[in-house]
Amino acid sequence: MKYAYYPGCSADSTARDQYMSVNEVATALNIELSELKGWTCCGSTPAHHTDKNLSIALPAANLLMAKKTGLDMVVFCAACYNRMKAANHEIKTNPDIRKDIAAALGEDYDGSVKVHHFVEVLLKDIGAKKIQNAFTHSLDGLKVASYYGCLLVRPHDVTQFDDPENPVLLDELVTLMGGESVDWPHKVECCGGGFALTRTDIVLELSDSILNMAKASGAQCMAVACPMCQINLDMRQADINETKSRDYNLPVVYITQLLGLCLGVSPKKLGMDKCVVSPKPIIELVRTAE
Amino acid sequence: MAIVINKEKKRVDLTTEVQKISGIDIRSCLQCKKCSSGCPVSALTKVHPSDIIRGLQLNAGDKLFDSDLVWMCASCETCFERCPMKINMAAVMDALRILAVRNNASRQKGNVALFNKFFLKTVRMFGRTYDIGMIAAYKLGTSSYLKDTDKFPMMLLKGKIALTPSFKADKKYTNRIFARKHDRINS
Repeated sequence: MKYAYYPGCSADSTARDQYMSVNEVATALNIELSELKGWTCCGSTPAHHTDKNLSIALPAANLLMAKKTGLDMVVFCAACYNRMKAANHEIKTNPDIRKDIAAALGEDYDGSVKVHHFVEVLLKDIGAKKIQNAFTHSLDGLKVASYYGCLLVRPHDVTQFDDPENPVLLDELVTLMGGESVDWPHKVECCGGGFALTRTDIVLELSDSILNMAKASGAQCMAVACPMCQINLDMRQADINETKSRDYNLPVVYITQLLGLCLGVSPKKLGMDKCVVSPKPIIELVRTAE
Repeated sequence: MAIVINKEKKRVDLTTEVQKISGIDIRSCLQCKKCSSGCPVSALTKVHPSDIIRGLQLNAGDKLFDSDLVWMCASCETCFERCPMKINMAAVMDALRILAVRNNASRQKGNVALFNKFFLKTVRMFGRTYDIGMIAAYKLGTSSYLKDTDKFPMMLLKGKIALTPSFKADKKYTNRIFARKHDRINS
């Protein structure tokens, strides 16, 4: 299967490990991710804070590039995924916006490019059976809290990802890998997202409550599908420990890093050395459980 | 929260402006407060989502710009997802922020508007974001030099942040988009 892959800006920088692990998993499962040549930023939160048409035109530029390849688009970053879906939704439902975006881009775009999250491709296009057959290792009962955050699941009318209150796609993958997906109530709570730099205090509050619940639910690690959730929940643990007298030491990894391990890819190739909280216990557990 | 409406002349007819930008009919709100109950930051703010809508319904005007929620809303969209009347509260909050910047009325902790400006500046320059440039500009603009200084050496060492911007973006479309929006974004 071949897709037009939109990595998003964080793939070049703070989420290099996400980029590496998505590519490794795709290669292992014979999924052809053809990176969209010359892709540009989706605008993320700053664009929709600033101007509605800008927030649609920026993702639409990439959707237009994808349309020219004739392929469906695959995204991993939850924020980019959300913005791509929002742009398609607005362009399809609002003729005035479509006209305005056509004027901004210099070309008309009809909102027709199908956008999939990489996890959707895995479960819906490749299928659980094929993935399971490719595993060489197992999570061996590792207790994983699957964390979806905001932008994959909300608003459901736009993203159509999974159930907006109790999504299960990541949990399905965890179970498939032989892990134990913990039943916990903070799957779709907000980590503070884009406030990482501006309102770190809010990120610390919200991430604390998520980590606290993951720990109370018995999780040994968290699996995420969003670069902002990953960096907030992983890198901010030290700050939360310091300011709120906690003792978190919970690895927060991309679901694709877990998949990569189970597919026999080396932790280095999955960028696991970039995690702030060491994922070493997970790596050792998977290594010994063939 | 008690909502006090001042009778003096307002600078901005905020209710009309918000409805124009967001496309939302705020009259349909029943004040069930489901948005406020589910809002993850409402435990930290004085003003809650349902207060904003009520304020707009009562045409409270530009004093709504001073609501702490305006720049503490994380755009998580839980409010919109759960609204029984399908009011896109996230779009209402976006409209408020857009109008706050336009009316030079965004003076809040963290200066999110300044961050947004620098974020979009790097997108305009390179077609993609450039974290270090954006962070440096924001730190200069907010004099927050010492915050998170422990993070950068670690991130650089781990290759967790790109040193240089990417020059791989094809700026054909972004150049057009930003040229057209120039007055609105850089004002």
